[in-house]
Amino acid sequence: MPTTRRDFIGKMLTLAGYTMALAFSKTGLASWAAADFSRQTFASTLKQLFPGQALKETNKIHLKLPRIAENGSVVPITITSSIENVDTVYIFSEKNPVPLIAKFSLNPELDAFIGARFKMQETCDVIVVIRADNQYYQTRQKVKVTLGGCGG
Amino acid sequence: MSTIKIRSKRLADYTLVRTLIAHPMETGKRKDDDTGELIPAHFIQTVSFKHNDQLMSQCQMGPGIAKNPFFSYHIKSAQAGDIIRISWQDNLGYSDTAEHIIR
Repeated sequence: MPTTRRDFIGKMLTLAGYTMALAFSKTGLASWAAADFSRQTFASTLKQLFPGQALKETNKIHLKLPRIAENGSVVPITITSSIENVDTVYIFSEKNPVPLIAKFSLNPELDAFIGARFKMQETCDVIVVIRADNQYYQTRQKVKVTLGGCGG
Repeated sequence: MSTIKIRSKRLADYTLVRTLIAHPMETGKRKDDDTGELIPAHFIQTVSFKHNDQLMSQCQMGPGIAKNPFFSYHIKSAQAGDIIRISWQDNLGYSDTAEHIIR
């Protein structure tokens, strides 16, 4: 079959298209959800992340947080939970410019445990949401911040 | 030198893995003390934590994580000689990976 220039260019374009699609799908797996980390209020972040979901208040999530954080730029948190089959953990600081601090996926081989350090703009509630068996659970604790840590 | 430090400790019920990443975690809102200019945002966006090539945790984060991020995890069962691999990517396209062998 003779290959015309038109054929050749057409095929190259298709190939390029596939390569790009592949490259994007590969990064898509671990891609960063920019919209979730946009500057917005805590309420709209919640609406965006958990549309139509009820976040059940629970005492099965235990937060280890300082009652008073002298320096808001380094606030240590330890999250443990007795809930079974935890697959995702979300950390929020209610009054931060970007309320979503981080989102962790957890393999079943891990205990429901996360330790981290985050920044707090001002005194407010720290909210932790856990997803387990497609149910959402939340708990909150107030942290008093003496010196804000988000700059600006 | 790697930007990632990993420490582990095998305990009776679980193995504790702690990691410290050297990173400025700039929010993009902070001003330079001398010039008064905004320091551009520069923060880690994803951190992945693997145990023997099995993905244990994938973390997505914003500028709200503190400078020089620290994370800790509990693996339910780990043996001596198991490999822990931590890697991160930031918003400017930098990345790093480090390996650690559990003793």
